[in-house]
Amino acid sequence: MIEFHLDARSGVAPYMQLIQQVRHAMRLGLLKEGDKLPTVKDVVARVAINPNTVLKAYRELEYEGLVQPRPGLGTFVTRTLGGEAEVAAHEPLRRDLEGWLAKARDAGLGDESIEALFANTFRRFSAARAGRRG
Amino acid sequence: MTSAVVTEGLTKRYGRRPALSDCTLDIPAGHVVGLVGPNGAGKSTLLQIVCGLLRPTAGRVTVLGGDPVSGSPRVGFVAQDTPVYAGFTVADHLRLGAHLNPAWDDALARERVDRLGLDPAQKAGKLSGGQRAQLALTVAIAKRPDLLLLDEPVAALDPLARREFLQGLMEYVAESGTSVVMSSHLVADLERVCDYLVVLVRSRVRVTGEVEELLATHHRITGARLDPATLGGGRQVVHARHTDVQSTLVVRSSAPIDDPAFTVDGIDLEDLVLAYMSEAAEGGRDRVLEKQR
Repeated sequence: MIEFHLDARSGVAPYMQLIQQVRHAMRLGLLKEGDKLPTVKDVVARVAINPNTVLKAYRELEYEGLVQPRPGLGTFVTRTLGGEAEVAAHEPLRRDLEGWLAKARDAGLGDESIEALFANTFRRFSAARAGRRG
Repeated sequence: MTSAVVTEGLTKRYGRRPALSDCTLDIPAGHVVGLVGPNGAGKSTLLQIVCGLLRPTAGRVTVLGGDPVSGSPRVGFVAQDTPVYAGFTVADHLRLGAHLNPAWDDALARERVDRLGLDPAQKAGKLSGGQRAQLALTVAIAKRPDLLLLDEPVAALDPLARREFLQGLMEYVAESGTSVVMSSHLVADLERVCDYLVVLVRSRVRVTGEVEELLATHHRITGARLDPATLGGGRQVVHARHTDVQSTLVVRSSAPIDDPAFTVDGIDLEDLVLAYMSEAAEGGRDRVLEKQR
């Protein structure tokens, strides 16, 4: 069983923090297929957050196909993340990114400009994806 | 969805001074509602009207579908400074609660007292602030109310006691689905526990709605100095600050703002509340929110 925590200053929405912590625990192998997530009541009693926040996070994880609620029993992990396939994908992606970074440097961008451009593009990309799904 | 509290043009005056002016709200049931605003904004007055302790000067109020009734078993109320009877023991408080409330859940009350480590024989006057608040909350929720009203329940508590109080409250909400309206000026706490917000400033409702919806529709815009009037339709400027070259606006807009002339960022609940309150703060008399985490 994992325990959640909340960073009030991170600027990341509380439900998203819970989702990230589940995904993170799955990648690290702390949560495997068949493991149970804490009940909503247990989470709110520990983290002092609104129950709907936990429900929303669990719904989102279910939508992503990572967990499955079983009525009366709880919410269970349905996959094991961070398998070899994902790790194998890292290397070519890293090479692409390094190529992009080299191009940005050649164009005269400094560290802050590169970070801002990446963060901004990533946000737009994620927002567009989220919009398409919703 | 049914409503927990509906008000229409609700007004309360003390002599000539308005404590609540033309307050119109529709608070859906099943939420944890944060009632926020500077001291003297009318938060306590609104809560006391809802629980039937005060009569409005004008306007209408409906609580759980009926008129507010003082001492209603369906409404739990914890007044400011979490009042307990200093000369009564913890056990006396539970006995009194059982005596006064037909739906009293004695098992719940005892289980909570036990878990909190309160000595039933202890006089309430000897408890710490955090323990007194927990006892007052226990008495309020053992009534098994449909609506729980809390007036600044954690304002006087240290951070640990505050966290423990909110943990207990959220656990009960998760289990019971009770509607909660709690006033506070500690927005960081509200951001964790509330999913619905009412901002009162100078006796008036400034903004109200689901937290998620409010966060999704409020944006901080920074860019070269601009006239807020030129921003275009469907965009309400909540707050604007200008230097000689730059403007920083907090804008409410349901449509995304996609203009290369500005940097558009999200906004957290604390900044959102402060934007609505800052007009009052600039007026000088009201105290600003405490920024406390």
